[in-house]
Amino acid sequence: MSMVASSLPPSLPALDDVPRVDEVGVEERVARFCSRSIKKESKVKALKLALSMIDLTTLEGQDTHGKVTQLCQKAIHVRDTLPGLPHVAAVCVYPTMVAVARKALRGHDIKVASVATAFPSGMAPLGVKLEETRLAVLEGADEVDMVISRGAFLEGEYGRVFDEIIAVKEACGQAHLKVILETGELGTLDRVRRASTLAMHAGADFIKTSTGKIQPAATLPVTLVMLQAIRDYYHATGRRVGMKPAGGISRAKQAIQYLVMLRETLGEGWLTPDWFRFGASSLVNDILMQLEKQITGVYQSADYFSRD
Amino acid sequence: MAREKSTLQFDTDWKYSAAPESTEHVRIDRQYELFIGGQFVAPHARQYFETINPATEKVLARVARAGRKDVDRAVAAARRAHERTWSRLKPAERGKYLYRIARMLQERAREFAAIESLDGGKPIRESRDVDVPLAAAHFFYYAGWADKLEYAFPGRRASPLGVAGQIIPWNFPLLMAAWKIAPALACGNTVILKPAETTPLTALKLAELMRDVDLPAGVVNIVTGAGDTGAALVEHAGVDKIAFTGSTEVGKQILRRLAGTGKHYTLELGGKAANVVFADAAIDQAVEGIVNGIFFNQGHVCCAGSRLLVQESVADEVIAKLRERMETLIVGDPLDKNTDIGAINSSAQLEKIEQYLRIGQSEGGEMYQSSCSLPRTGYWCRPTLFSGVAQSNRVVQEEIFGPVLTIQTFRSFEEALDKANNTPYGLSGGVWTDKGAKIFKMTRALRAGVVWANTFNKFDPGAPFGGYKESGMGREGGLHGLGAYVELR
Repeated sequence: MSMVASSLPPSLPALDDVPRVDEVGVEERVARFCSRSIKKESKVKALKLALSMIDLTTLEGQDTHGKVTQLCQKAIHVRDTLPGLPHVAAVCVYPTMVAVARKALRGHDIKVASVATAFPSGMAPLGVKLEETRLAVLEGADEVDMVISRGAFLEGEYGRVFDEIIAVKEACGQAHLKVILETGELGTLDRVRRASTLAMHAGADFIKTSTGKIQPAATLPVTLVMLQAIRDYYHATGRRVGMKPAGGISRAKQAIQYLVMLRETLGEGWLTPDWFRFGASSLVNDILMQLEKQITGVYQSADYFSRD
Repeated sequence: MAREKSTLQFDTDWKYSAAPESTEHVRIDRQYELFIGGQFVAPHARQYFETINPATEKVLARVARAGRKDVDRAVAAARRAHERTWSRLKPAERGKYLYRIARMLQERAREFAAIESLDGGKPIRESRDVDVPLAAAHFFYYAGWADKLEYAFPGRRASPLGVAGQIIPWNFPLLMAAWKIAPALACGNTVILKPAETTPLTALKLAELMRDVDLPAGVVNIVTGAGDTGAALVEHAGVDKIAFTGSTEVGKQILRRLAGTGKHYTLELGGKAANVVFADAAIDQAVEGIVNGIFFNQGHVCCAGSRLLVQESVADEVIAKLRERMETLIVGDPLDKNTDIGAINSSAQLEKIEQYLRIGQSEGGEMYQSSCSLPRTGYWCRPTLFSGVAQSNRVVQEEIFGPVLTIQTFRSFEEALDKANNTPYGLSGGVWTDKGAKIFKMTRALRAGVVWANTFNKFDPGAPFGGYKESGMGREGGLHGLGAYVELR
């Protein structure tokens, strides 16, 4: 997969050379994506694609074994009365819930993702972060969602952030690493662009916008800047990196806007759950509601859709 | 670098379904007469011409061809309306009419947008989001000025010029009509408008709208026809002012005919704008701006950014990104809401563009076109780049008025400025850089009427528009636009 980058030791890219970002221009481009009219078959196809890209997530202090097990049931049985639906891509939980999810998903091709590295703040010593990562993988996580040390990044300690990602990547072993930039704390699109480039050079398999605990979480402009960074990195190295907007995407219409943006920025190669994910939970039911509407012509009440 | 092996694939498995704008609400009559003195009247010679849909080559309607006698009638009607009603009306009342026109235009926006796309070939996204709203905005803007002329020209007395003959082009038919009619009426003039031969329909719908808002008869007259109709209007002794938007060639002919007549005039002519991208620009947004600058309205834009000047250190990157972006442009049915680039306005224009494509290649330029498929019928041109060209090449010097961009590199600021100004035109220009100081340095030195920084093709009724050198004389829009329709004492 990452044959080019992994054969060489990663080195910190020259972040001063990273292209500047003009916020007004980004918003204008985003408005163009949002004005695309996605109807009929293309809408149904987009809804199913979006469904297959969801990392069904529960990251609460109140999470219980029961809740996680039931969420996994939702992941498996999204809506059995609607034939031909894909399953979601993954279930995303805290490290202590990985084993529970692993067990509940046994026999199904649904990945278990675990947050790690003192999610969501990242305020822990590196040793603790690495230990947590190893533990999550040991428990059976296929994917690890780490957070970067935003404090260090904002202080300009790029090397520290870079080395930390490399270390976590190593601790992941075979597990895929998603690097959360927490763009809501980075403040500018210029920083989003730099952080994206830094994370990819450090070996991220995916870059991810947010923890979902900070507002604003994922937005279209932020995601566009990250997609453009992925595109430029791909052209420069030949290595694909995935994208995961997370937090704040609860409507099917929004999901379609993200897919339009993905299609017109990265194209066919990324229109798959292998390279694009939505970090969301309530999005599933809105997609189901839209799909039902395409068949029956009417919207059903929210009580006709299971909430796990 | 690794670009060849890492090509992105935009011909995706997931495609956008056709999303055509409904035309159920659109009414196009089989035949249109001239709008003179508040009524639709048949042309004296009973001659008509056909207007077609450039995307299908099908006839949309038959339209009256106005001859000299018809122009006579129109001028007489406009003169009568000016003397008996319009110039005597309280300015606030004139404003009320303009507000009514603006509001009615908003109410009928969907119909106007669809007809603009049907008759002219431009994508519905543009006619819906740009042409029609901006046309309404111009009426709103000048409606506000109607009773405030003494504030526009403090200490002076502004009186109308009288009867204005207005000749407009086919690239923004309704918007150009609004640019012309709104300030003229606000200042107390009456008008005879001649729309372009290939795109008369929205002007004729506007005539219906003028009738529906009970605008006094003869204040706005619309005479359709070709160049000879325009010539008759220009030469008519009863016209006090000529406002023309179109090619520099025709502009020069008009100016020759106006010499010594004492008629007022404004001319908004061609352009060959430089879009200057410095290495420190936000590259992805600059690429987007280049695309909007040249491919907006199929490049049928007098202020299009048709010459890209890009700093050598980022030239390869910019060109590669531009090519990639062009692959995602959707060319096709103008009525489809997802279409980015519509039909070329006429077969004559397509021929002209294709001739320039041949010239560019024979001059040694490297031509690149996007790989999009084109519909079988209608007039179409793929978005096109010419690199490896120079100031000495005709494709760099002459206005093509199509989706064709020339690309030249530069090293220093001075070289960029010199190349940008080395043209007989001077309508618009663009600068892309992250450095504020560089923006001011460049925009001050560019000999162009409109200059955009880190954006392109932005219009507002409050901003004056017009050119240096062969791009025209006089300004339209804003306060300056009022000045073109009053006599000051």
